[in-house]
Amino acid sequence: MAEEQPVGCARPTGGPVGEAVPETAANEPSAPIKEEMQMIHVGEKAPDFVAPGYQQGKFINVKLSDYLGKWVLLCFYPGDFTFV
Amino acid sequence: MSIDSMFVHKMWDDHELAKMVDGGVPFPMLSDAGGKVGKLFGVYNEGAGVENRGRFIIDPDGVIQGYEVLTPPVGRNVMESLRQVQAFQLVRKTKGAEATPSGWRPGKLTLKPGPELVGNVWKAWKTDMAFE
Repeated sequence: MAEEQPVGCARPTGGPVGEAVPETAANEPSAPIKEEMQMIHVGEKAPDFVAPGYQQGKFINVKLSDYLGKWVLLCFYPGDFTFV
Repeated sequence: MSIDSMFVHKMWDDHELAKMVDGGVPFPMLSDAGGKVGKLFGVYNEGAGVENRGRFIIDPDGVIQGYEVLTPPVGRNVMESLRQVQAFQLVRKTKGAEATPSGWRPGKLTLKPGPELVGNVWKAWKTDMAFE
């Protein structure tokens, strides 16, 4: 699932979870990602992404679509060492 | 997930969170430098350069079943998030044959949508049950 890997950067993979990525996105990983606010709709697939992280003493890379078959709570928060 | 690096996540876990939770945080703490993923989910606050307090419930098919987004000063209710996951799990298990009315918790009455329930919810479900 989330294996230990060299450090990278978080990035959208270019498609919804569990669906094939459009060819242009797959072939041009260095193409600039469109940075615009998107509308999230309940009942629709989540956008897929990969992100580096930390878990129990290891640096890891997590891909959202690796969690297909499980329930996921994805939580965003303003920052480490803040108060709430 | 926050805009902090995984190195800061490690320091926070080692030096503060491990003092709150035995063994530290068990789940992945993800890094979203620049808010690329936050923008995708509509929770990145451009002005402040941080993520708002967003929480997404994603089912085993990758479908977003619910979300909640709060501004930074107010914390979430973890039990409410778990309750919602339990409710969505029940609906999924019954393939939609059962629905969970307001105030539902595991073990409480569910409703079975169908022709005979139309106009008759008041017989099966009382307003007080929303507040129990």
